[in-house]
Amino acid sequence: MTNKITAKTITDSEFFYGHKACAGCGGSLAVRIALKVLGERAISVLPAGCMSAVGFNYPHLCFSNNSIISTFAGTASMLTGVEAGARAVGIKNFKAVGLAGDGGTADIGIQALSGAIDRNDDILYICYDNEAYMNTGIQKSGLTPFGAKTTTTPSGENIHGNLRPKKNLFEIVAAHNISYAATASIGNLPDFINKIEKASKIKGTTYIHVVAPCPIGWGIPVNETIEIARKMIDCGLWYLAEYENGQFTLNKNPRDFSSIKDYLLSQGRFKHLDDADIEILAVQRDAKWAAIQKNWNTTKEEL
Amino acid sequence: MTKAFLSGNDAFAEGVRLARPQVISIYPITPQTTVVERISEMVEDSSLKSELIHVESEHSALSCAIGASAMGARTFTATSSQGLLYMAECLHYASGGRFPIVMMNANRSTALPWNIYGDQRDSLSQLDCGWIQVYVEDAQESLDMALQSYHIAENPLVSTPVMVNLDGFVLTHTYETVEIPSQTDADRFLPPFQTENKMSLDNPKNLAFSVGPDNNMEFKYLQHKAILGSKRIIEETDAKFAEIFGRSYGGLTQGYRLDDADYILITLGSITGLCREVVDELRERGEKVGLLKLRFLRPFPSDDLVAALGSAKAVGVLEKDISFGYEGTVYTNVNSVIAKNGLRLETYNFIAGLGGRDISRENITAIFRHLQTGGQHVNFIGLGMTIDD
Repeated sequence: MTNKITAKTITDSEFFYGHKACAGCGGSLAVRIALKVLGERAISVLPAGCMSAVGFNYPHLCFSNNSIISTFAGTASMLTGVEAGARAVGIKNFKAVGLAGDGGTADIGIQALSGAIDRNDDILYICYDNEAYMNTGIQKSGLTPFGAKTTTTPSGENIHGNLRPKKNLFEIVAAHNISYAATASIGNLPDFINKIEKASKIKGTTYIHVVAPCPIGWGIPVNETIEIARKMIDCGLWYLAEYENGQFTLNKNPRDFSSIKDYLLSQGRFKHLDDADIEILAVQRDAKWAAIQKNWNTTKEEL
Repeated sequence: MTKAFLSGNDAFAEGVRLARPQVISIYPITPQTTVVERISEMVEDSSLKSELIHVESEHSALSCAIGASAMGARTFTATSSQGLLYMAECLHYASGGRFPIVMMNANRSTALPWNIYGDQRDSLSQLDCGWIQVYVEDAQESLDMALQSYHIAENPLVSTPVMVNLDGFVLTHTYETVEIPSQTDADRFLPPFQTENKMSLDNPKNLAFSVGPDNNMEFKYLQHKAILGSKRIIEETDAKFAEIFGRSYGGLTQGYRLDDADYILITLGSITGLCREVVDELRERGEKVGLLKLRFLRPFPSDDLVAALGSAKAVGVLEKDISFGYEGTVYTNVNSVIAKNGLRLETYNFIAGLGGRDISRENITAIFRHLQTGGQHVNFIGLGMTIDD
């Protein structure tokens, strides 16, 4: 396709600008890029969370497109209302987009998200996943990975951080037989941009799960957000994939994984992990990839 | 205008149809369910052209209505009891955002213990959530207030959601003859919804934002002022309604045989009809008794109360509610008006009908007896004992 949005052709206009997000914030980059792709006819719904906390402080309002904060649990249900309301008052050619964090999506908001997908409402839901409740100061969410230290899963002699694996939200969403779902990462912006553009043109509910590291919560320097997101893909703890027409497709099929230990130990939240802990994560990773190679369409070229 | 034999819920659904809401979010709960069933049938047979959304919870029902209202659409939803409590967060959200949603609430007891029958603890426990609260008495008033509520809520000076309360089963499931206005008259009464408080592509807005300590009180003050100011709009709406439909409800309250009344019973909702009959019986015997129906609990009809109670010797508040550890919430509100205005009369509270317990003619006669003879201030009716026992 010739008219695809790329790094070269993406608009200079900013729709999320002048906000108070921390230096190196991955979530704000995901929101900024998403709105640049969707443009001025996007109507965004953001729940209580980091992005609404840094962007909606009256009279300092940072979205130049129509935007509204929803209740924490109500991103998807408010999106449904916004989409139906816009149609009801005769607005055409718009996109209702939800921009919610991992806790707002996988925990408190999952019921509303499931309802919206079930109705196949014409909305795009983007979950920016920084793997914990960062706005309240780094507490465990359903998307916090095994081993991660948070303020509610401290690491000590007996317990080495979070005991449970990351909830597989991409496949939970796909199990609704959704029109389109994808995983993405701010470590691969061209892929993220493509997927937003693709989702925005599909009628019905679409979902993008984008990993967006939080330097404060992950314990990394603020200039390494993109690098750590890339490492997460390279070591196999994240994957870029799509679900469409009942099929899963892997977009990037790495020949070898980079060191999982290097990925983990370069972050403060995993510093306490011993070799046995790392082995647990490696085994989980390998089992997941074995299932992916067996069941998913993996013929796509490497990105 | 046509006549039909309708339940309270059916009548309310007819009022909703005439109001032409553009987005309706529905979720079932007893005894509200038949409202959303009727509305679904109306959408199916095209007598109501509306986006009908099958949400997966009451929280989502109101969250969805807020989203649609934020786009400038007229919205409707309905709930009851546990559902109202489940959407409590969104109640405050809708009123703080000044979204003029209209919602019907079928008054029902709250768990625990579980109970599906009517009392008013659900809505009265949410009295402080910033909504205008109406309590209706019969099926006709249900239909009429569905229409009136949009007229009140959407007035730009008010811009506040309205909750219309129907007593569970006693009103929601009881059939009466109801006059259904013509769509032409309904449209004459209720113009299409217009608001500046919305997102639009021509004039993008950020809504439902944060406001820190430096400006927060100003927002709350303006919200309070708007609801106080709605008293005038409620009366104007009732007058306009009377002009077009020939029915009037008196605004915030409706008095009955109050002239020279020494003993006045305050009621809300469907029990009022039976109380009126008891007033008639006692009047025939020469007893100076009267009745004041509170139609609106927010805004609270302070001025009406002062005018009605000014020369009475005693007033009783009959309510299907108790604020545990104190007294009935309506009673507390009434006493506050009496104290602030220096009225000198005895006040009594009659807690009745909890969990749907029947309130009999004999109960009401005994309540008037209590007003005349005096006694304990807070009384449980139909319990066979007092709280001192």
